[in-house]
Amino acid sequence: MITKAKDINEKITWQEITTGAEIYEPATSLLVETGDWRVMTPVFKEDDCKQCMLCVLYCPDSSIPVKNHKRRDFDLVHCKGCGICAKVCPFKAIEMVKEDK
Amino acid sequence: MSRRDRMSGNEAVAEAMRQINPDVMGAFPITPSTEIPQYFSKFIADGKVDTEFVAVESEHSAMSVCIGASAAGARAVTATSSAGLAYMWELLYVAASSRLPITMAVVNRALTGPININNDHSDTMGARDSGWIQIYAESNQEVYDNFIQAMPISEEMRLPIMVCQDGFITSHGVSNIELLEDEEVKNFVGEFRPENYLLKHENPLAVGPYGTSPYYMEVKRDQAQAMKDSMPVIMDVAERFEALTGRKYGFFEEYMMDDAEVAIVIIGSSAGTGKEAVDRLRMEGKKVGLIKLRVFRPFPRQPLAEAMCKVKAVAIMDKAECFSNSGGPLFSEARNSLYDLPNRPYAINYIYGLGGRDITVEDFYEIYNDLFIIYDTNKPGDIYRYVGVRDSRYGEHGFDHKKYDE
Amino acid sequence: MSNKINGAVEIRWHGRGGQGAKTACLMLADIAFTAGKYVQGFPEYGPERQGAPITAYNRITDKPCKVHSNIYTPNYVVVVDETLLKSVDVAKGIKKDGALIVNSKRSPEALRPLLNGYKGRICTVDAESISIECLGKNFPNMPMLGAIVKVSKVIDANEFVNNMRESFEHKFAGKESVIEGNMKAVVKAMEEVEAGE
Repeated sequence: MITKAKDINEKITWQEITTGAEIYEPATSLLVETGDWRVMTPVFKEDDCKQCMLCVLYCPDSSIPVKNHKRRDFDLVHCKGCGICAKVCPFKAIEMVKEDK
Repeated sequence: MSRRDRMSGNEAVAEAMRQINPDVMGAFPITPSTEIPQYFSKFIADGKVDTEFVAVESEHSAMSVCIGASAAGARAVTATSSAGLAYMWELLYVAASSRLPITMAVVNRALTGPININNDHSDTMGARDSGWIQIYAESNQEVYDNFIQAMPISEEMRLPIMVCQDGFITSHGVSNIELLEDEEVKNFVGEFRPENYLLKHENPLAVGPYGTSPYYMEVKRDQAQAMKDSMPVIMDVAERFEALTGRKYGFFEEYMMDDAEVAIVIIGSSAGTGKEAVDRLRMEGKKVGLIKLRVFRPFPRQPLAEAMCKVKAVAIMDKAECFSNSGGPLFSEARNSLYDLPNRPYAINYIYGLGGRDITVEDFYEIYNDLFIIYDTNKPGDIYRYVGVRDSRYGEHGFDHKKYDE
Repeated sequence: MSNKINGAVEIRWHGRGGQGAKTACLMLADIAFTAGKYVQGFPEYGPERQGAPITAYNRITDKPCKVHSNIYTPNYVVVVDETLLKSVDVAKGIKKDGALIVNSKRSPEALRPLLNGYKGRICTVDAESISIECLGKNFPNMPMLGAIVKVSKVIDANEFVNNMRESFEHKFAGKESVIEGNMKAVVKAMEEVEAGE
């Protein structure tokens, strides 16, 4: 059975599960909204940022998008709020704040 | 067209592999299967095949090579025995659950404790729950024929397959064999064209994901279904093979069963010795039969039960202990299969042939004799027995059979 | 001849690891196959040690042979190394109309006292001297192969000699002296084997 990753969830039956549990597409981690796990949220202070890109390299969840050689605001659908980016930023351009959910 | 030749069981496997020309072989030597990669690597060195031979440092890696190659879309083969198979254990399950159609030649040998290099079935019987199809052979001819049938079964079902033969008895014994022409084998086995594979760049694939509790059981249930669905495929391939060669195969072979009163159920080379006993007892007018099980996984529960039901008493023979205190693995499953039938035969178990202990025509006489006692008295007695073991309860030489103290 | 299994001729070989008894056993299977027979040739395996006693078996039949056990009551026994008579009961189980063939300089009757009361036929051939004469080295297995074929008549002697030549030519292609030496040793053993009672 070839079932697309978006259709695989905890209601799937054995008849619908993929043969050998194979996953037939790339980048399926985008389907998982890990942003839900977040307790602390990074806030991007663009004025203090020198675009050194250190935070981009350190982010374990690829949640800092880059466009035209510049980092943009956080991808909060996937950011787990680990705070590594704030820790490594040499210019204090990222602040971790408690999020009101 | 066939070619008459003579060769050992190991040569026969290597010859079948040469004719198939698989993409990858990952193998590590272990007695008594060593000759298979040895002969086959000569074919590679001589340019007769273009298989990539990956010389690894262990059987764990040999199976890992096959898993990687198969997932990448290649046809992968290996060969092993005994401790080598045991060292593959973890990967056997990975191959089966990932549904990778790997073909493995297993030359059955005892598992260590005490160290022993000779034949019994403890290695593959131990691996019976790993999710591999298992096919066993009586003779060199069957080893060759089974190996050629294995790949179409395995690839159709996406299940790995073990083609088993008895160590030394067939693996190192030279006997007559009929070989197919190379073209016939190539046409029979066909090309391996998986729908999805790791190296298919237009459709990237992930293999072997973490299966958390909400998914693991569904994957296993699907795997169980594949094993069930492989039954008709095994028969279809056997029919296609018969059309090509005239040699008939099924889940098991019934020998002189039509009017038999008692029968033996057995796996592997000793079935031939048992058939000889049947022939000679038939000449004395004794109605005895034999069932040789060829396919142990999937277990042909219903047809085997129906075949056993033709007689009043069966002896189910195991060349492996499983220390269940209830008989060996074949006995457990064959006897279990009788449960749903309204009129069941008596079923007793014999453990035989462990670590290369020979079993003779005379041993089979004794077993048929025991079965006729049950037939006459309707008393099965002890259902869990040994044959061919020295036992201080039997005479001054400690054997229960005459052959040892003639 | 009353052979129990399918009119089979069953042969047991006794030798020592490294002397070529297994090779001779497999070669006999090969040659008998070429002569149109159904064959089995199988050694009894254990840890491989040079000089340790080894056993190998042949079944040669006109019909396919199903039996896969060792051979306990052979028609013929071949002893490639005479010193085995001291430690191995080589004559055990030989059928009444069978024979024991020993590589020995002695006469058949001189060996009888060493054979645990064996009453059957004994044949001897000095395979060691034949081998040294023909090959310059002590390889007793090929002369013993010639002797067993001569004594057992399991295949036609002329056909055997022709097939052996082909087999050697295949095996030792281009080594004329090895082929000729082996052929000479085989034929000489067939001529010289002393058939006792």
